[in-house]
Amino acid sequence: MDKRNWKGWLYLLPAILFLGCFMVYPLIDVFIYSFEEGYNSASQTYYGVGTYNYSYVLHDPYFLQAVKNTFLLVIITVPASTGIALLISVGLSSIKPLRELYQTIYFLPYVTNTLAVGLVFMILFKKTAYTDGLVNLVIHWFGGESIDFIDGPYWAKMFVLCFYTIWVVMPFKILILTSALASVNQDYYNAAKVDGTSRFRIFRKITLPMISPMIFYLIITGFIGAFKAYSDAVALFGTDLNAAGMNTIVGYVYDMLYGNSGGYPSYASAAAILLFTIVLTITCINLLVSRKKVHYV
Amino acid sequence: MGKQVDFEKIEKSDRTRRTAIRIVTYVMLTFWAVVVLFPFYWMVLTSVKSYSAYNSEYIPKLFTLSPTLQNYVDAFTAVPLARYFMNTLVFTVVTTAIMLVVTILAAFAFARLEFRGKHIAFTAFLSLMMIPNELVIITNYVTITNLDLRNTFSGLILPSVTSVFYIYLLKENFEQVPDQLYYAAKVDGTSDLKYLLKVLMPICKPTLITITILKVIECWNSYVWPRLITDDEAYFLVSNGIQEIRENGFGRENIPAMMAAVVVISIPLIVLFLIFRRKIMAGVARGGTKG
Repeated sequence: MDKRNWKGWLYLLPAILFLGCFMVYPLIDVFIYSFEEGYNSASQTYYGVGTYNYSYVLHDPYFLQAVKNTFLLVIITVPASTGIALLISVGLSSIKPLRELYQTIYFLPYVTNTLAVGLVFMILFKKTAYTDGLVNLVIHWFGGESIDFIDGPYWAKMFVLCFYTIWVVMPFKILILTSALASVNQDYYNAAKVDGTSRFRIFRKITLPMISPMIFYLIITGFIGAFKAYSDAVALFGTDLNAAGMNTIVGYVYDMLYGNSGGYPSYASAAAILLFTIVLTITCINLLVSRKKVHYV
Repeated sequence: MGKQVDFEKIEKSDRTRRTAIRIVTYVMLTFWAVVVLFPFYWMVLTSVKSYSAYNSEYIPKLFTLSPTLQNYVDAFTAVPLARYFMNTLVFTVVTTAIMLVVTILAAFAFARLEFRGKHIAFTAFLSLMMIPNELVIITNYVTITNLDLRNTFSGLILPSVTSVFYIYLLKENFEQVPDQLYYAAKVDGTSDLKYLLKVLMPICKPTLITITILKVIECWNSYVWPRLITDDEAYFLVSNGIQEIRENGFGRENIPAMMAAVVVISIPLIVLFLIFRRKIMAGVARGGTKG
C-alpha cells in the first residue's frame, strides 16, 4: 500500500511542480503584492502594508479610461455576438446543401493569429494621406463622409474594436450553438408540426428553451472573455494603448508591469484583483439571473 | 370544388414562403461568410500588389492584374521573419511536448492509480481551472525576471506548459477504457508505465490528438506572455514579430510586405485546420474557449 501511494504521487509530481510554481504560488503572491506599498522591484523592498495601491489605481485616469472602454466593449459585443451567432446557427441548421462549407468558413477566425489579422483590419479601416481605405470607400458609395477609424474619433475606434472582437469570438459561439441546435430532440418539432404551430412560435417555445443552457454558457464565457480583452486592441491600435485612449483593464495591468510606464507590479496586482472582483461579481449576477430564466432539462 | 382550390392556394403560398425564407437564409449566411473571408482575401491580394502599385491606389482596387512575389522575398530578407518562425516552431513543439508528458502522467494517476489523497488532489486541480491567467502572470513575470530567464526559451516555455483542463479531459477519456484491460495487463505482469504506453495511449489517441492540436493553436497564437518576457528580437515569436514589423519593420508604409508576412504567419494554422477540421471543431466544442 505504501509503495502504491508513493507511485501515484510520483506520476502527479510533474504536474504539481508546474502548477505549484506557476499557478498556486503566483496566486498567493499577487494578493501580497497588491498590499505592499511602494514596492521596488529592483531592491525588492517595500515601505508598508495597506490599501494605497488600490486607491492609486482607482484614481488613475488611465485606469478609469480602461474601465470605461472595457465596459463599453462588454456591453456591446456580448449581446451582439451572441445574437448574430444565434441567427447564423439557426440559419445553418435549417439548410442542407453547402452547410459544411459554411461551417468551415465560419470557423476560420478561430485558428488565425489575432495580431496578424488585426493588422489587416487596421488597413481596411485606416485612413492615411495616400488612401482612404476600403471601408471608407464603401461609406462613400453610400454617400457618407470618410472617417479615420484608427486615429479618429472615439466612437469610430470603439466601433472597429467591437467589430473585430465580434469577428474573433464568433467561431466559438456558432460552433457551440449549432451543436446545441443539433441535439434538440426532433420529436418536439414533429409534435409542434402536427399542431400546426408557426415557425416563430416553434423557435420561441421549443428551440430557445431547449438551447437556453448553452446560450447562457456563451453569455457567461462571453462576459469573462470580453472583460479580458487586450490583444484585439493591440492588434488594431498598437502597443501604446493609453496614447490611443483605447486601453483595456488587462492592457492597463500589463502596462503597469512592463513597457514605457511599467515596473510597478504592485499597481498591476491591485488592478488585476479589481478586474477579477468585477468579473466574479458579474458572473454571480449572471448565475442568479439564469436560475430564473434558463430551462434545464 | 371550391375547397379544393383553396387547398392548392394554401399549399402554393406556403411553398413561396418557404422559398423566400430559404433565400433569406442563404443571403444571410453568405453575407457572414463574406465578412469572415474578406480580410483573408484582402491580405492575400495586398501581399501580391507591388509597393508602388499599392501606394498609387488612392482608391484601393479589388483585384490586381500584375501580381508579384517580391513582397514575400522582402518579408524574409528585410525582417527576420524566418527567425520568428523558427522560434515559434521551437516554442510550440517543446511546450506541447512537455504539456503532453505532464498531462498524460497526471491523467493516468487520477484515472487509474489508487493512492491516499487522490480525491483531495483532484478537487484541488479542478479548482485551479478557475484561476485566470491574468492574475498569475504578474508574479510569473517577476519570477522569470528574477531567475534571469528573460529572453530565453526556458522562460518562454516553462510557465506556458500547464493546462489543468487537458488533464481533466484526458482523465475522463482514460476512465472510459474498461478496467478488464488493466487487470489483464496486471496478470501478465505488465508494469503501470508499460500499460500506459502500450495500451492506454493507443486507445485514447483521438483525445491525445485533440489536446495536441488545441495546444499548438494556443502556442502559435500566444502573444501576451512572449511580449512580457522577450525584448530581444532573437527570441520573438510570430505575434510579437508582427507587432514589431508593424511598429518599426519595413518602414511604416510598406503595407504589401507586411501583408506578405501576415500571410506567411497565418498559413500553417489554416493548413492544420483544413487537415484536422473535424477533430479541431469537436475538440473546441468540448472545451476550447478563446477571447
